[in-house]
Amino acid sequence: MRRAALALPLLLAGCEGIQAVGHPAGRDAILIDRLFVVFEIVTGIFFVLTMAFLFAAYWRRRGHREDGLPDDLAAPSKSPLLRTVLFMWTGAVILSLIGLALASFFTDRGLAHPNPENRPVVSIELTGNQWWWDVVYHFQDPSKDFRTANELHLPLGTPAMVYLKSNDVIHSFWVPNLAGKQDLIPGRVNDIVLVPQRLGQYRGQCAEFCGLQHAHMAFDVIVDTPADYQRWVARHEQTAQLPTDPRAIAGYKFFMTRQCSSCHAIAGTEAGATIGPDLTHVATRKSIAAGTLANGIGPLHAWVADPQGVKPGNNMPYVGLNADELHNVVAYLETLK
Amino acid sequence: MSALPPKFEGDLAHLPTHGFGPKSLTWWGVVAFFAIEGTGFALAIGAYFFLEGLEDNWPPDPWLPPKLLAGTLFTILILLSEIPNTIVKRAAERHDLATVKRYMLILLPVFAGLLVLRGFEFASLNVWWTDNAYGSILWALLVLHTTHIGTDMVDSGVLTALMFTRHSAEERRIVDVSENAMYWRFVWLCWLPIYALIYWVPRWVA
Amino acid sequence: MTVLSGQDLPRDGEMLQGAALAARLERAWGDAPGFWGWLTTTDHKRIGLRYIVTAIVFLGLGGILSLVMRVQLATPESGLISADRYNQLFTMHGTTMMFLFAVPVMEAMAVFLVPLMIGTRNISFPRLNAFSYWMYLAGGVMLWVAFVLNIGPDAGWFAYTPLSGPQFSPGKCVDIWAQMITFTEVAGLAVAVELVAVILKQRAPGMTLARMPLFVWGALVTALMVIFSLPSVALASSFLISDRLVGTHFYNQYEHGDALLWQHLFWFFGHPEVYIIFLPGAGFVSQITETFTRRPVFAYPAMVLALVATGLLAFGVWVHHMFATGLPRMGYAFYTAASMAVAIPAGIQIFCWIATIWDGRPQFKVPLLYVVAFIVTFVIGGLSGVMQASVPIDLQVHDTYFVVAHFHYVLIGGAVFPLLGAWTYWFPKACGRMMSEGLGKISFWMVFLGFQVAFFPMHVLGLMGMPRRVYTYPAGMGWDEMNFLSTIGAFIVAAAILLFLVNAVNSWFRGAIAGANPWDAPTLEWATSSPPPQYNFEHIPVVTSRTPLWDNRAALPVMTGLRVDDRELLLTTVMDAKPEGREPSPLPTVWPFAGAMATMCMFISSIFTPWAVVIGTFPIAAALIAWFWPKGPPSVEPVIE
Ligand code: HEA
Ligand code: HEA
Ligand code: HEC
Ligand code: CUA
Ligand SMILES: [Cu+2]
Repeated sequence: MRRAALALPLLLAGCEGIQAVGHPAGRDAILIDRLFVVFEIVTGIFFVLTMAFLFAAYWRRRGHREDGLPDDLAAPSKSPLLRTVLFMWTGAVILSLIGLALASFFTDRGLAHPNPENRPVVSIELTGNQWWWDVVYHFQDPSKDFRTANELHLPLGTPAMVYLKSNDVIHSFWVPNLAGKQDLIPGRVNDIVLVPQRLGQYRGQCAEFCGLQHAHMAFDVIVDTPADYQRWVARHEQTAQLPTDPRAIAGYKFFMTRQCSSCHAIAGTEAGATIGPDLTHVATRKSIAAGTLANGIGPLHAWVADPQGVKPGNNMPYVGLNADELHNVVAYLETLK
Repeated sequence: MSALPPKFEGDLAHLPTHGFGPKSLTWWGVVAFFAIEGTGFALAIGAYFFLEGLEDNWPPDPWLPPKLLAGTLFTILILLSEIPNTIVKRAAERHDLATVKRYMLILLPVFAGLLVLRGFEFASLNVWWTDNAYGSILWALLVLHTTHIGTDMVDSGVLTALMFTRHSAEERRIVDVSENAMYWRFVWLCWLPIYALIYWVPRWVA
Repeated sequence: MTVLSGQDLPRDGEMLQGAALAARLERAWGDAPGFWGWLTTTDHKRIGLRYIVTAIVFLGLGGILSLVMRVQLATPESGLISADRYNQLFTMHGTTMMFLFAVPVMEAMAVFLVPLMIGTRNISFPRLNAFSYWMYLAGGVMLWVAFVLNIGPDAGWFAYTPLSGPQFSPGKCVDIWAQMITFTEVAGLAVAVELVAVILKQRAPGMTLARMPLFVWGALVTALMVIFSLPSVALASSFLISDRLVGTHFYNQYEHGDALLWQHLFWFFGHPEVYIIFLPGAGFVSQITETFTRRPVFAYPAMVLALVATGLLAFGVWVHHMFATGLPRMGYAFYTAASMAVAIPAGIQIFCWIATIWDGRPQFKVPLLYVVAFIVTFVIGGLSGVMQASVPIDLQVHDTYFVVAHFHYVLIGGAVFPLLGAWTYWFPKACGRMMSEGLGKISFWMVFLGFQVAFFPMHVLGLMGMPRRVYTYPAGMGWDEMNFLSTIGAFIVAAAILLFLVNAVNSWFRGAIAGANPWDAPTLEWATSSPPPQYNFEHIPVVTSRTPLWDNRAALPVMTGLRVDDRELLLTTVMDAKPEGREPSPLPTVWPFAGAMATMCMFISSIFTPWAVVIGTFPIAAALIAWFWPKGPPSVEPVIE
């Protein structure tokens, strides 16, 4: 925990607003933001009206509040004024609710249209695991599919269809700057469309309580220009190169012969397990362990040396490397670009 | 001590000390329990259709629908049991203690017979509760209903015993008999949709 | 023996009244002295009061948990509490507050007040009432013992499957949670049945449905909602327990089950539950407003319709808790519309309360101040609720602190503030002494302002992206200041509630003597002494208006003729409350307690072996038979024609 505390401020310094409803950067988020303003205004008006009435009621009787009650007042108020106002009030409430419901409904229709112009879309399969995200990018040519984890890259303006699944419990996918949330439910497949409309780096977080480390199940979303995005895809379609640096070679051997390869996959090597996140390009990611630590040599050391200290209870065990092994493995991981 | 002096406006001494149906508190209690248990049954039935709606085949392959014999015999017997049940209820309302006693004694073995048939029903479901959710919901419906038969049997047993003691002289006990007969109606009424659900829906939707 | 009306049985009447009558009734209705009397009592006031006190203890316990959570959340990356402990904390906080505080306390208030307000001697099924309390106590104690032993549940107060299922929550934690549900649901259903029967059959002569105090209406609608919603959570939790203990597959998607079945069943109960908490609160507000503005509540028929409409609509909105689960979008529109429709009756009620103040002679004593706090706070919470009813907006704010803000605004604003007002208001009735007005005002301002400081920032936090149920959060997200502020507010609230309790305890022993009707209130509970005698009223009052005590200032119209040598109740017709019959009311007995203990043993051991259900049935059946078996010689009374 302590180490995480040190590393995170670096990651997030000046990053306020990268996980906020109020800074919309995607189609859905923008539509919802507008709808929210409508709701704020209407409910605001009713709040002010109610408070004004309450205050007026208080004000009207100040001064003679302590009056005793003449018995003839004990009858229910028959004030025609109040009665008229009650009808008007009820009417106004009903009309406003109809208005709000319609506004909500049409916004929802807007969100439901996945791909109005039938443009080519990015297709992503996202699987929730306690407590990290498995990501597969799908292409027309399935041989080009690749796997990564805890990070999405999206091209500006292109709709991305995200298919949501879960391997264990219910999670919820949420990137507030881009869109609302959708649950990942075991046994079901949900989907959500992201249409990013502003370049930038955003943060998403699991929103459905999913057990011990629900608090540390975040991910990064990077909205790239189409060109940058293509470069990113091209890199991720490549498998890992064998390292050349002797340290990294030692690390590579360690990785392949010890526990690591029984859980992780690195494309292009014999490590092919899917119990943990895919590490083929782990060095390019912004953060590791589902947004728990900023990426970098220091945090990688911290993580591999003692994952349970950084994120207690997560599903990567303490492996028990000595200092050399640790340096070597991290040196190898650093080559996975 | 009341704060205000009383002003006498009428006397209640002439009122009866027991009444049947909505005139008795017990009736309201029993009806409220019907509402609770009826809601429970309705929701269990809802759960059944919810699970059914998610499947292409019902029962899911390769399971077979339950065998019909035991359940159907059970249904016939429980419907027939309404005859002595009605007799008991009417007799109770007439304060005809002898008839009440006689027919309650007839009903007890009928309940026992129903429980035996129920045992065969469990055996003819063709599925265990541990096999899949289809099995689970079938067993749940059947267990839920069986507890009602058990409860009514114990109730009736106690009431029958009561009828042979000096307490049978109290009018309120006779009201209890009538409410108990009403409860039995509820039990078999609830059974009918469950019977259809367990035995016939898997055949119809398959 | 006093001979009356030409009969051999002693009855109240012109010839038997005053002290002589009181002495007879005392003998018929009194409890045994000492501990045995305490254990066996069937007096709705004693049971109601112990129910309320127990619920307050749970409020305190749940509140203390929330303070620990708030300390943890005051700073980012706080290492104070481990993830595991934190998850237990919010689960226990939510569970305690909802199942052990809010719902029981509302039912308990009704158990205490309703028989007094409708002018009868005891609740309809007093032994069931006693049983209910012991079940509730057993469930609460079991849950808290488990928590202290560090095996508290940790899957959240709605325990979504599969997280709460056998695979992802091994051990006993969730079983304990689910059995606690069983306990409280048995207790809650029992009280609901009593309330329906007592309200429909035992109202004072002349108290037609249209003359019932609004709190009684609230209690009636609430009891019906309990009856139709609790079976849903009972079914859900039985399925969960059997998935966990005997290997069924209701929620197991690998074996044709489905995780969402749980959510449907839970929220089909869970949403009505929140109005089960709110409607009695609205009832308190109506009674208080009436008394302190010196006027009956404006537009009574509209108020009644609003209560009933809320109760009905409550059953059609549960899916608004599941907007993010990916159900068919067109279906969602219906639930949006239904959820928003609830704002109509809510808006009408808010209007009518303010209109009552407007056209009355308001005296801003502590209870009425809580009404004002309620209006301000509940309206904010209701409006954020309407926002959440919109699918697109909910997709953003669902499972964030925005929702946490919403439900504390409606729960604390809509239930706790009215409760604090109601406790102050009925305190003299319960113990015969007044609470201190000065201390009451101080704690009022602290709790009202502290609440806003604690919970308003949560709206902002939610919109800034902070999810709920996180044991910690990274620095630099811009959440730090708001969280810190919220923690400060939480401590002010806690101090205020502590002060309220100190005031209550102190006044219980040293408060000013109250008299029968210290606030000059209009409803029947104020017609009898404070505290009322065991039998509530010497003679059964007669009602001719909605505000009987305001309309009968010289003398209370009553009817006579109930037996005073035995416990007897008057039954009246459902609609018009015309006298219809007399029925005996059960004597004190220890069997409900024994039955509850037997049931408790069965429930708890069933966590360890399913056979407990089979074996445990026998002692329960034995206790129940002993409970119902008539004792003593049969009392035969010739009916007087
Ligand atoms: C006392 C309890 C209580 C009450 C009264 C309410 C009242 C309402 N609630 Fe709330 N709610 C909860 C307790 C309560 N709720 C709890 C505990 C949860 C969370 C559970 C969990 O997840 O842990 C929840 C969650 C919740 C959700 C799900 C959020 C989510 O998880 O994503 C929604 C969504 O629709 C919702 C809606 C509403 C609405 C529309 C009302 C309406 O009834 C409000 C009506 C009132 C008003 C609107 C104010 C007065 C009216 C006017 C002044 C008239 C003018 C108004 C307009 C024109 C708009 N609530
Ligand atoms: C009626 C219900 C109710 C009430 C009154 C409260 C009261 C409070 N709640 Fe409540 N809360 C819920 C119902 C309620 N809550 C529910 C249902 C959840 C969801 C749980 C879940 O997600 O599963 C929740 C969740 C919740 C969270 C979110 C946790 C998370 O998502 O991680 C937070 C965080 O701040 C919080 C804070 C508070 C605070 C500060 C109070 C304060 O108002 C408390 C005030 C303090 C006291 C009342 C104690 C004062 C008394 C004493 C100190 C004296 C002690 C005396 C005796 C023992 C007799 N609550
Ligand atoms: C038993 C399975 C297992 C073993 C063995 C294992 N890991 Fe992991 N690893 C995981 C899981 C699960 C995660 C995801 C943890 C989380 O974020 O909750 C993970 C995460 C990681 C990450 C962060 C990835 C990211 O993108 O966030 C790195 C790096 C990593 N492991 C490296 C290693 C190395 C090096 C070894 C061997 C020394 C190793 N792991 C051994 C299961 C394992
Ligand atoms: Cu995954 Cu929360
Ligand atoms: Cu709801």
